[in-house]
Amino acid sequence: MIHILRKLSRDLPAMLGLGIVLFVLVIAILGPLLAPYPEDAAASHLARRLRPPSAAYPFGTDNLGRDIFSRVILGARGALSIALTVVSTAMLIGVPLGLIAGYRGGWVSEGIMRVTDVVLAIPQLVLALALAQLMSPSLESAMLALSLTYWPFFTRIVYAETRRLSASLFVDALRGIGAGISRIVFLHILPNALSPVIVRATIGLGFTILVAAVLGFLGMGATPPTPDWGLAIAESRTYLPRAWWYATFPGLAILITVMGFNLLGDGLRDIVDPRIRRSR
Amino acid sequence: MTPVLSVRGLKVSIRTDEGMAEILDDVGLELERGRILGVVGESGCGKSTLIRAIMGILPRGATVDRGEVWFEGENLLAFSEAELNDQVRSSRIGFIPQDPLLALNPVFKVGSQMLEVMRWHAPDAKDPGGKRGGERRKAHVARLVSLLRRMQVPDPETALERYPHQFSGGQRQRLLIAAALACAPGLVIADEPTTALDVTTQHQILLLLRELVAEFGISLLFVTHDFGVVAELCDDLCVIYAGQTVEKGAVQAILEAPSHPYTRALLACHPDRATTFLGIPGSVPSPLARPAGCLFAPRCADVRPLCRTVRPPQALAGSGAEVRCVQFA
Amino acid sequence: MTADPILMLRDVSVRLGGRKGFLQRTIPPVQAVKQVSLDLRGGEILSLVGESGCGKTTLGRTILGLQRESAGDILLEGSTVSGLAPEAARLARSIVQYAHQDAGAALDPWWSIGRTLEEGLKIHGVGNASERRDRVAAMLQAVGLDATSARRYPHEFSGGQLRRLALARILLLQPRVLILDEPTSGLDMSVQATVLNLLLELRERFALTYLFISHDLSVVERLSDRVAIMYLGRIVEMGPAKDVFARPTHPYTRTLLAAAPRLSGRRASGSSLVRGDPPNPALVLPGCAFFDRCPLAEAACQEAAPRLESVAAGHEVACYRAFIEQTASRSVLRHA
Repeated sequence: MIHILRKLSRDLPAMLGLGIVLFVLVIAILGPLLAPYPEDAAASHLARRLRPPSAAYPFGTDNLGRDIFSRVILGARGALSIALTVVSTAMLIGVPLGLIAGYRGGWVSEGIMRVTDVVLAIPQLVLALALAQLMSPSLESAMLALSLTYWPFFTRIVYAETRRLSASLFVDALRGIGAGISRIVFLHILPNALSPVIVRATIGLGFTILVAAVLGFLGMGATPPTPDWGLAIAESRTYLPRAWWYATFPGLAILITVMGFNLLGDGLRDIVDPRIRRSR
Repeated sequence: MTPVLSVRGLKVSIRTDEGMAEILDDVGLELERGRILGVVGESGCGKSTLIRAIMGILPRGATVDRGEVWFEGENLLAFSEAELNDQVRSSRIGFIPQDPLLALNPVFKVGSQMLEVMRWHAPDAKDPGGKRGGERRKAHVARLVSLLRRMQVPDPETALERYPHQFSGGQRQRLLIAAALACAPGLVIADEPTTALDVTTQHQILLLLRELVAEFGISLLFVTHDFGVVAELCDDLCVIYAGQTVEKGAVQAILEAPSHPYTRALLACHPDRATTFLGIPGSVPSPLARPAGCLFAPRCADVRPLCRTVRPPQALAGSGAEVRCVQFA
Repeated sequence: MTADPILMLRDVSVRLGGRKGFLQRTIPPVQAVKQVSLDLRGGEILSLVGESGCGKTTLGRTILGLQRESAGDILLEGSTVSGLAPEAARLARSIVQYAHQDAGAALDPWWSIGRTLEEGLKIHGVGNASERRDRVAAMLQAVGLDATSARRYPHEFSGGQLRRLALARILLLQPRVLILDEPTSGLDMSVQATVLNLLLELRERFALTYLFISHDLSVVERLSDRVAIMYLGRIVEMGPAKDVFARPTHPYTRTLLAAAPRLSGRRASGSSLVRGDPPNPALVLPGCAFFDRCPLAEAACQEAAPRLESVAAGHEVACYRAFIEQTASRSVLRHA
């Protein structure tokens, strides 16, 4: 574990990504404590609407006079919680399916992988829109749609890794000393298969934030007055280009956060792959 | 007579996670024209790095700190990458790698891969006033077929139309030998080409190499860890330990009367000379922490106090071999 | 040494691979092992020698149980253990353990050495946590490694050390028969000696029997009590190691011994002892498998595969010509 972190520390972009992710995490956790106007999550102050950035309001105010700086900070919590929920749900569904499909071949494996193929063909946004219509647009419908369309990525990765590992020499050696299937799959194959899964999950977190922002922008995700980044950009449209600060800062928040996850994921991928190659 | 290949004082280090590793430190060898030089060492001694330094294909992070590689009167280390590709590789120096499966592209037919090399590097490749493309290709194919026949590859014409996985390991190695010779180089470097082969196949390939050297008048640099192979194939020998040349000379002379304590210890372990299982106590010093003084001192049976502080110079032993040991200085 | 053999094989054959045609191209199976019979006596070292494709690794895995035999009987300590699927076979043959050729790849890279070594004990329900740790520490020292190795990971060890770790893991399960698959391949001469001397020491200490699979004749000659030479799935010569190496009778054995490079230097060039390349195991030929490469082959050799017959005490050969050609050209023999 430690040597992984040491290797990561030499990869500058990855460290930058890690820094951004940790920063966003801290903001999400401490949100209300850090925001200068925490009540602006819901309250409105029409007297100070659409003020440009100033000392009192570093990111300016929006059309309801709410401090954008505070709302960006508060929005981090929403963004991260969507991302974590979606990715962990997708992993909970996808990883076990991949393990089952990969270890034993036959009809079960074929069946699982074909279902995976079908679900992969469904575009995330389209499903989200459909579900939003069915369930009425909300954060929950967005999360459900995204989870249901993201698990196949994990299944594919885990399937490939499980197949490769089932044929590997150390699994053969385990069978030789009498290890049973569940021991082999859960204690040996799973930890070995997790490396690419973690890389995928990290990048997936960033990706989900982006998609959630798009859904929010389309009105199919978070609903007003939630301080959602995508929603803020949607609301800002009517006031552009005069109130440029309204769209810019939530947009930057999305950009930096997603970039942070991507950089970290890339860095993890770089150390995971060569390490495996070298120790084999 | 000037040697075809002469390496002098070569020092190569490589940047690793744990610091600078001195892979090669003062390696020298001479390969005379028309002779076979065996480079012998155990794993980690640096023989692969030596080959890569000569060919100019050192990995990233590796630097040549010192030394020269003279090939036919030119210092290869001074060549640029483009010059090496254009003028030296394949056309003047052929290479036979250790693992034929890894050296061949699995999705292309063997013939097209070998013809591609010839297209760029064969002697008539850069002849503008010569034959036209189609005729040149036919000439190349004819040359390849005759080479393959000489290598005893069954059915040479159809062999060119097959894919690498359709050949056995021994046959693939023969293909690579043919590819190395296709452009008529004067020097061929072979990196443990028989290590991965069965013993009967190895025997055939060694015989073949000896015949080819005599027939085509090439000089062969043969890297191996097996003294038996050196005894069967090579004229001259160069023993490498921990990145240094420790003994150099004629094979017969060294096998009969090894001078350097490492050579002596290594030969004493060989099954032809030991009835029990003998090893050499200790282990090779890590390239990250080479000891002061003689690198073999910690394991040497003849060690003296001087050995631990002074790097021994090269000297001439009674057998005519050049030895790096204070006993002969 | 016990009187009855600890392991007996009777006409064991193994068919590998083969894919049935439904949506995929039909690939015929390969007969990797053909009617092999042998006895392994308690305490001895029997070596299986041959080149690639001879079936020695397949035979080793079949004896272990992970590969199911397609015909024949296997008896372990007197009881029949053949005809079982891999998991059941491993249970029935738990006194047989296997050391892989690539020792490093046989260890889970994410598990510490200590945990890996304890795992075997855990699977078989031996002792509690602290007892297991003690046994692991004792075994690490028995194979010549420091007890602190338990905290480290496979990638921190050298090739020779990995082999010792692999041995430690299987020895903790208290086997009686060890199948060692090329334990010295890829190791430098000096390291080989350490591993081989350790194997001899462990045999004494733990009263083990070894089935030693190798292509390295020099090691086999000095290590084994008996040796079996395999070619294309059959045993072509078998007997006491000293006998077989001093008086190799089968043409293939003679070829193998003569082909090994010698320190004594060059032989006359041009005389290749064997023609062609090692065989393709998928080819099925009537008659002797060595026919197309044998320097002594005759038409009669093509008709039926020769059976093992005794040529001296305990020394058997499967060759029609062996009994006619008693005096091979001595110059190609090893001790000339």
